[in-house]
This record gives sequence, C-alpha cells and structure tokens, in this order.
Amino acid sequence: MSQAIVISRRAVLAGSGALVLSFSSAGRLTAQDNAPPPSATLAVARPLPGSLKQTPYLDSWIRIDADGAITVFTGKAELGQGIKTALMQIAAEQLDVDFDRIKIITADTALTPNEGYTAGSHSMQDSGTAVMHAAAQARQFLIAEAATRAGVPAAQMKTQDAAVIAPDGRRFGYGEVVSARLLHVAAAATSPLKDPSQYKIMNRRIPRVDIPAKVTGGSAFVQDLRPDGMVHARVVRPPSYGAQLAGVDDGAVRKMPGVVKVVRDGSFLAVIAQREFQAIEAMRALAAVARWNETAQLPDANGLGAFLTSLPAQDITVLDRQQSASSGAKTLSATYSRPYLAHGSIGPSCAVAQLDNDTLTVWTHTQGVYPDRAAIAEMMGMAPDKVRCIHSEGAGCYGHNGADDAAADAALLARAVPGHPVRVQWTREQEHAWEPYGPAMLIKLDAALDGGGIVNWDHEVWSNTHSTRPGPAGSLLSARYLGKPFPEPPPKPIPMPEGGGDRNSIPIYTIPSARVIYHFLPTMPVRVSALRALGGFMNVFAIESFMDELAAAAGADPVAFRLKHLDDPRAREVVATAAERFGWATKPRAAAPGRGQGFGFARYKNLAAYCAVACEIEVDRDSGRARMRRAVAAVDSGQVVNSDGIANQIEGAILQSMSWTLYESVTFDERRITSVDWSSYPILRFSAVPDEMEIHVINRPGMPFLGSGEAGQGPAAAAVANAIADATGHRFRDLPISAERIKAAIGV
Amino acid sequence: MKLNVNGNQHDVDVDPRTPLLYVLRGDLKLIAAKFGCGLGQCGACTVLVDGEPVFSCITPIALLADKQITTLEGLGTPERPAPIQRAFIEAQAAQCGYCIPGIMMRAHALLQKNPRASEADIRAFLEPHLCRCGTHMRILRAIHRAQAEMTPANAGGSG
Repeated sequence: MSQAIVISRRAVLAGSGALVLSFSSAGRLTAQDNAPPPSATLAVARPLPGSLKQTPYLDSWIRIDADGAITVFTGKAELGQGIKTALMQIAAEQLDVDFDRIKIITADTALTPNEGYTAGSHSMQDSGTAVMHAAAQARQFLIAEAATRAGVPAAQMKTQDAAVIAPDGRRFGYGEVVSARLLHVAAAATSPLKDPSQYKIMNRRIPRVDIPAKVTGGSAFVQDLRPDGMVHARVVRPPSYGAQLAGVDDGAVRKMPGVVKVVRDGSFLAVIAQREFQAIEAMRALAAVARWNETAQLPDANGLGAFLTSLPAQDITVLDRQQSASSGAKTLSATYSRPYLAHGSIGPSCAVAQLDNDTLTVWTHTQGVYPDRAAIAEMMGMAPDKVRCIHSEGAGCYGHNGADDAAADAALLARAVPGHPVRVQWTREQEHAWEPYGPAMLIKLDAALDGGGIVNWDHEVWSNTHSTRPGPAGSLLSARYLGKPFPEPPPKPIPMPEGGGDRNSIPIYTIPSARVIYHFLPTMPVRVSALRALGGFMNVFAIESFMDELAAAAGADPVAFRLKHLDDPRAREVVATAAERFGWATKPRAAAPGRGQGFGFARYKNLAAYCAVACEIEVDRDSGRARMRRAVAAVDSGQVVNSDGIANQIEGAILQSMSWTLYESVTFDERRITSVDWSSYPILRFSAVPDEMEIHVINRPGMPFLGSGEAGQGPAAAAVANAIADATGHRFRDLPISAERIKAAIGV
Repeated sequence: MKLNVNGNQHDVDVDPRTPLLYVLRGDLKLIAAKFGCGLGQCGACTVLVDGEPVFSCITPIALLADKQITTLEGLGTPERPAPIQRAFIEAQAAQCGYCIPGIMMRAHALLQKNPRASEADIRAFLEPHLCRCGTHMRILRAIHRAQAEMTPANAGGSG
C-alpha cells in the first residue's frame, strides 16, 4: 500500500480562463492603496470574485478584533471535506498571519454570509475565492491605515505575522490598526493577491483542524450536542410514500416511562421522551399501534429502463452541433442504466431545535442553512428572522439526504415543548427508506467512426430532477404529512451549464457533430434529489464506457483514443499523468487470468476539476466478484490550497464510486422501499478495498480554484467498468455490476 | 447499577435493558461512540468490553455489571493522544469522521492482542465496519502507523 502526492509546479497556462487578478509580490501594494473604498455599484460593471458578488462587504468575511483575534466567516459548511482548514489557509496566507491565529465560523444564518448550498464542488470557487480576495483587500486596508499613522508611503510598509512593519521597524499590530469602519467597505473587483510562488500557507498540507476532536471523543457532530434540558424525540414514519395515518391509540404509549408527549399533526406522528432509549422504545410501541392507509404505487424495480422511457418527458436539447462532413463508416449504439442510489450516511439524520418565546433555533447538518431556514419558517408560520439555523456537522451526507427533513422534524417538535432543546435522530431504517435517492437513469448513446475518429455523437438521457432541496416548505418531508399539508413543489430541471440529469452530458471530446437530448421526467414515484455529482456520475460512466467501446471498434488503445479527441492541454495532461503513473499497458499484456485495466476521465461539469482514474480489477470467475487491486488518479483543481485535502477527496470518490458501481441499488416492491438497512443495501467493506491507491495532484499556481469534491466519481465508475470488460471480455452497461451479473454473463 | 468505564465506577439509574451506547452518550456524556444503525451492522458504536470490541448499540447494560468498558475517551486526549489516535491524526485518516471512533477501538483491540497483525489480519478484523466517505486507504495507513509505534522496539508510550 502506498500513496504518492505529486505536486507539479508548472507555468500558468495562457488562455485557459484565468481569473483576472492584479498580482503584486508580498508586501507591495497596487495603486489602490489610498483609493476610496469602491462602491458596490462600481463593482457591477466588473463582477466581484466568488461569493463577494452576493456579499461584498469585507467584514462579512473577515473580522479582526482589537486584541488581534482574526475570524473568518463562510456560508459554506464543513461536511468532512476539509473546507474549514482550506479557507483558514487562504485567509492566513493573504492576511500574512500564522495559520493558528485564524478562527472560522461556518454557515449560520445569524452570523455568516448566505452562500446557498454547500454543494456542487463549489465551496472553493465561491467561498475560497471570496475569502482570498477579502483577506487580500483587508490586508491592503490595514497597510494603508498603518502607513497613515506612520507617515510613510504604503508602498514602503510590509506585513508579517499579523502586523504592519514600517521601514524603521515600527510595528503596527492588526488589532491596533483595525477599527470598526476600516473593513466595513465593499470589495473591489481586483485584489493585491500574493504571488503564488511566495505562498507559505496555501499549497501546504496543513492538518485538518476538525480531526483531533473527531478522534478523541470531542463534541464534533450535531448528534453530539447535549444542551441543558434537552429531551429526545423520534418520529414514526409511514410505511410507504404518501400513507395517511388512519388512527392511533396512543394511550399506552403516553404512560410509558419517560414519555413527555405524543405529538400528532395529521399524519405526522412523533414521541418526545426524557431519555433517548425511552424515546426509541416509545416510537416502536407507537409504530405498532398506528394504522395507515397506503396508496403508493412503485414501478418494477427490475424494469426501470422501460419504466423511465414510458414516462411523459419534457425534452431539452442540450447540444445540437452538425459539422461533420462524414456520416461515418462504422456506427455503434449502446444503452446504459443505473438504479436509484442511496446516500447512505453512516450517521442517520439528526437535528436539535429549541423554541424560546417567539424565536426558533435549529442546529442542523443541512447543506444550506439559509434555504433550510426559509422552508422551516414557512412551515412554522414564522418570520424568517425569527428562525436561526446553525450548521453543526453530521456524518458525511454526499448530497441532499435527510438533514433538512430532520431539521424540520426538530422544529415541529420544539413547538410541542417550548423552552426545551429537542433532539431528533432518524433510525437507520428511516434514513434508508426516506432519504431522497439519487434518481434512476437511462442513457442511450450512438456514435459513428470514420478514419479512426468519432465524427458523430448522439446522447439521450432519461432522468428525474436531481434536486428537490428546499425550496418551499413542501420540500420538507414532514410538512407534507401535517394536518394542513404543504404540497410537494413541482420538480424543475437544473439549467446548464451545470445541469442536473444532463450534467456532463456534453462530450468533452472533440467531435464535429454531436447532439444531446435530456428527457426530463417530472413524474417521481420514488423520492429523489441530489446525490454527489448528480447526473455527472452516470453521464460520465456511460460516455467513458462508450469511449472504450468505440476505441475497441477503431482498433485503438483506450488512452490514445481519448487523447486523439482531446484538445484542452489541461485535460491531456491529466489523462497522460494518470496513464503514465499507472503504467498503462498499451500492448497486449502477459496473460493474468481474470485481471484487467480500465481508464476513465472527465472534467466535472465540463467546468470544474479535471480527473482521470486508471485501475486494475481482478474478477473471481467462481463467485463473479470484482475487486479493485489498485488505482491511480490524476487531478487538476487549479490552484492547490491543500493537496492532502484534494487527495483525500479523490481517494474517497474512487472508493465510494466503486461501491455504487459494484454493489448498490435501492430495492422496493409495488408499495414499499425494501432496502432499509446495511444488510438489504450492502456497500463497500474492508475486504474489497484495493491494495494500493495513488493520487497525483497537479498544481496550477494562480489559476482559479476548481473544486474537487465530485470530480472522481464518474471517472472511477468508468475505470471500474472498463477494467471489468478488459478482464472478462464482457461489457456491463447496467449498474450495479454485481457479482451475480458478472457470474451470469461469463457463464461459469 | 454500577458500570466501570475507562477505569471509573459509575452508578447509573437506568433500565438495565438499555443498550450501553445510550448510557455512554446520554448519562456519562461519553460521546465518541456513535449511533449508526442500532442493528450491529456498521460498527460506529464499537467500544471495548474486557478488551473485546462490542457493538454498544445492541449490548444491554444488564450484561456489563462486572466488566471493564473502554471508550475512545479512555485511550487518550487531544493533548495526550494514544498511539492509535496520534496515528489517525498524522495520517489524516478521516473525512466526516463519524465511523472513525468505532474503527479506532477495534483496531486498538487488535493491536493490543496481536501487535504483529498482518495486512490481511487487519482488513479481516475491520470487516464489521462501514465507512461511507471512502477513507479506507487512510484508515489502513493509520493503523499501520500505530502498529509501528506500538511494537516493542519502539514502545515508549502507553500501549
């Protein structure tokens, strides 16, 4: 087992969409240093960087107290991706202070900017960019203020360790220089950013600040909150979607030890107790006496492709480019599918809420405190400014899981016992049955080859929406079951360029004629929403599987075939690096029975990080089990802030994606979800973990942050499928590529 | 009833059918062990009972009267981490970190019993544990790191 982190320092590539930055070397200022604070109206002409566009004031992002304490504010949430540490590194670097001086406050509707959702690998682009510019501009104002006091031109002042230093050695601590008004100014469009070659804190593998508490039993998660007076609640969920509570004789439950209250509002049923296990036992007793009218009708889980294509569709032309001179000498067609996939957070969703007088506070692991607040306020009939949502970490969510719904549950139950913090945690079975899954998808690809290259490409994708996040109150699960229910809002497609079901559906390869149609399916018999990478996972799986099929038809090596169709130099370098580090074999290899190599590449959303994955898989012919032996990935996320954080994300992406690809599918009968625990929804376990994995991080000094949290999933899935095809001679186009399917196909 | 946790005697007035996890987290405010499934399927709640890893979410305290219970808090502190804790920090072996305390407890138990556990032994021993973030490679690296530190040749700290 080994891991290599290779950081290549390379010249900034021209013409690849660099941020417009006004660089200056450390300690020197641009001509802006004595200019009046620019107004927000001026900035409209030239967009402000990252989330400064929505929240332009510097002191919304950086606060410096008179005692020199420095606090960074971000509207993004720590999800285990290391965003706290990365943002602190950026602020420390641009402010010229030690990393240890920086404190950070994340997503809180009372304290931080509104940055929407922590999703889509956007945190570094949005918040990282905003913090970088805000910190650099704050430093500039601190220098200017100190220069005035020293009576020295700002250009002669330097910064070091949270102080401005005059040429004569006089030292002005940031805390002495700062005043309330100094940083209460709107940001300028350009900033005196440090020269990346001078970085001391960015582009360093600084250990994550959240890990020590997590490995020593510190309070690290919303599940761990233990405020005084806290009571425990559990919700009794219906047995199937839309079931109505016909009746419940709760007399016995009310008398159970510790039970504080049974709460019923329409078909929303819950119990509050003093102790957690008392709440669980009361929930079980309540569930046993609740009578439900079930109406759900679920599709045939074994015929999802036919079901999806039978649904009414809203057809969206994503791409229509007709430039081929040739219609192709050879045509290929293939259809790929995936089932519904669960987020499967290890910690079931949880929230704590407290209603005091007319103010509601909710501690939640939502990905979006502001949207969640709006939905909860609407559900509760409260003004949004009377509701405060504070992000508190949960277990990894990987998209829209039960977090927002649990927050709504806690809010509803806090109303039943005012003054008491109410903690609600879902059961494992509730999490598995009620989270909004990643939607089932079907993709049909057609292509034509001529002269060894692709001349025509047709991509059709059928999918539900990939976001039912809050949204109005009806986005919250329990709101739909109240006596006065809030209706589920109609689903909408997420527009390109990021897209939802069509995310990554436009081939990144150079193909003269290409057409992409998204058959958006508004009918959602199974609850769905955003699962990490959204449609990008399945579109990349399909495209990259098909690229291998086309390469085989063209008699070409899969890596060479990709490079032949790639113009973007950054894409080419990622592909070449992964292949080289892996030791990609371009010639027929010595027979290793049951082993194969596979490759996959994508640029996430065609606008975020580039990632290529090569892997070796062995297939046990007797059991049909496929196991990854090793994987090598290369990733280009632009300017690197913490290469270990990026590597951690890509390692995780490869293993999580391998689990989706080989093992997972949500199961159901005509009425109910039947995959309700880890036995009925198996995922990766240690016995199937690869022997080796290497992640090569390519640094692009000074280039925009691209975000890497979802870059690896699609490429990894395709690499796995392509390696299995190489190992078995059989192409698997339907996920999961389970042992049963492999065994059936290779016919042992 | 009395419970011995991390070397301390605790008098707890709780229904003896209550699984240990809720007593640890609710009554004793020892929150390292996590609720993951309540079914013994994921390992997030793992603690040691007389040195053996058990799923605290399905172990009623009635069974634990004369036992020595060890939780992650009993191994070390942020200031004085145990070798397994130091190793997980050094290897940055966490993403969300929710599954990690349970995994650390089982790994600690293995290394106590078999300091020379092989790679295959470690993987087989960790089979009851789920990690959804895909941190497995780092977890294995951290355990090897702890193993190196805990071998007799290097035994400087506590084991």
